[in-house]
Amino acid sequence: MSRLATGLHARRWLLAGSALLAGWLLYLPHSEAWFARWFPELERPLYQQEGFGTLVLAHLGIVTVSSGIAVLLGVSAGLLAGSRFGRAFRPLLETILAISQALPPVAVLAVAAPLVGFGSTPALIALILYGLLPVTQGTLTGMDSVDRDTQAVAQGLGMTRLQILRHVTLPLAAPVMLAGVRTAVVINIGTAAIASTVGAKTLGLPIIVGLSGFNTAYVIQGAVLVALLAIVADQLFEWLEERVTPHLPARAGS
Amino acid sequence: MIEIRHVNKSFQGQQAIHDLNLTLPAGELSVLIGSSGSGKSTTLKMLNRLIEPDSGSILLAGEDIRRQSPDSLRRRIGYAIQSVGLFPHWTVEQNIAAVPQLLKWPKSRIQDRVTELLTLLQLPPAQYRQRYPHQLSGGQQQRVGVARALAADPDVLLMDEPFGALDPITRHTLQQELIRIQALSGKTIVLVTHDIDEALLLGQHIVLMEHGRIAQQGKAQDLLLHPASDFVRHFVGQSDTGIRLLGLGKVGERVRQGQASGEPIRADRNLREALSLFVTRQVTCLPVVDEHGQASGVLHFNDLLGAAA
Ligand SMILES: Nc1ncnc2c1ncn2[C@@H]1O[C@H](COP(=O)(O)OP(=O)(O)OP(=O)(O)O)[C@@H](O)[C@H]1O
Ligand SMILES: [Mg+2]
Repeated sequence: MSRLATGLHARRWLLAGSALLAGWLLYLPHSEAWFARWFPELERPLYQQEGFGTLVLAHLGIVTVSSGIAVLLGVSAGLLAGSRFGRAFRPLLETILAISQALPPVAVLAVAAPLVGFGSTPALIALILYGLLPVTQGTLTGMDSVDRDTQAVAQGLGMTRLQILRHVTLPLAAPVMLAGVRTAVVINIGTAAIASTVGAKTLGLPIIVGLSGFNTAYVIQGAVLVALLAIVADQLFEWLEERVTPHLPARAGS
Repeated sequence: MIEIRHVNKSFQGQQAIHDLNLTLPAGELSVLIGSSGSGKSTTLKMLNRLIEPDSGSILLAGEDIRRQSPDSLRRRIGYAIQSVGLFPHWTVEQNIAAVPQLLKWPKSRIQDRVTELLTLLQLPPAQYRQRYPHQLSGGQQQRVGVARALAADPDVLLMDEPFGALDPITRHTLQQELIRIQALSGKTIVLVTHDIDEALLLGQHIVLMEHGRIAQQGKAQDLLLHPASDFVRHFVGQSDTGIRLLGLGKVGERVRQGQASGEPIRADRNLREALSLFVTRQVTCLPVVDEHGQASGVLHFNDLLGAAA
């Protein structure tokens, strides 16, 4: 009963967040007067170089592609490092990932841009890099969290290694793996904004234009959208996580 | 029949099993017993190739188990362990159906089999088949674990301390059920335990292990009356031998004509329980009934010593 309650809870927040995002997007084109009252010193208080809808789609596009690739690579790396053959590589992998995570995003973009050119390519490289650690770590932790006895019994019942992976280990690891993906996506929604510094079209554009031109209204218009996107994505994963764990005892609270 | 021939097994240079030779009769419940680390689980796991021996061979129904792939061998052998290891994301029905699914049984046959097994293990199917493991008590989970091991009607059932983590009453109930299932199905069962009372109660053939070797094997009476060494004598319990022997006899074997008053005892109870009643009630004669509650005579205190009937 309380699982049902949290399920409804997550869905309610997801709907509320989406409604807020949609409302803000619809209102923005008509908000010039409102921002003008707020920032009377600005000549043009509403960012109009690009439509906000276009920017949101471009932003989501970059995040989706980079997260998709990060999930593909990260899950594969996690499965490999968690397997019998890859166990030896696990410490190396974890070190590389930790180092990649420690590099500041701006530095990665600054190094990548001259190498691969400006635009969305350096942005994708940086975002994939940042998505990899949480996804791989989530996969490894998720697989570790599966009860050894359960896997031993699966083997004792005559499941092949692949069957154990598919029917036992992966479904049981799924919630933790999904939590890793959730972190990656939410981080990437924020990081993608910075990628506008190397010419990628994202919601970072109004922010950066606003910062360099002392136009606080632009910054607010971009930043609020980024924040709302992150919240909606986060709630979407909250809801998904509940859907992949129908078997778990109801969690207390929340 | 299971034959283990000259099997050795070492882990990291430590020898866990020493030249083990053992024959476990078909259709009987054999018990492997011994103190912790004596090699019981290792022996059991070598039977379904979860562990491969370093040398020697193991025959199942006359055929070397290495002639089959481990996976197909395991699908012919039921396996249940103490921690149960039910799949938490599967319902009771899906858990029990695990091996039949692997064997690609038709759906309707699987459903019928699940119903049959839940009934056999006294879990009303309508009520339990759609539950998840976390919605079951420990004893119920244990039953489902046993049902899952029995699902594909394996010739052999391996059980590693299946009742280890249960309270005494639930354990007793499940032990009685195992006896019933074994009698009904005639399966070859190998059960690991370190509880001597469980071994004496269940084991038609008892193998007492010590440091990877067999200290003694035989029927319960053999171990109690003719211990082969001080270790065996100590393990089966020096002071309680008489009481334990009583635990092996049934009330029905000593019953006489006659009548007595008081709460009756069932003929299929063991003599140890009867002794307990004599002492607590301070009587020398108990009325006896059969399993349908029909009076079948009396049990005299003196007949506990045997030689009656
Ligand atoms: N996978 C393993 N790796 C290393 N050593 C092992 C392994 N499995 C068993 N052993 C060792 O082999 C010996 C026998 O172990 P086994 O599990 O067969 O004992 P057991 O009789 O089942 O004991 P218990 O009653 O505690 O379960 C022990 O000394 C144990 O430490
Ligand atoms: Mg053991």
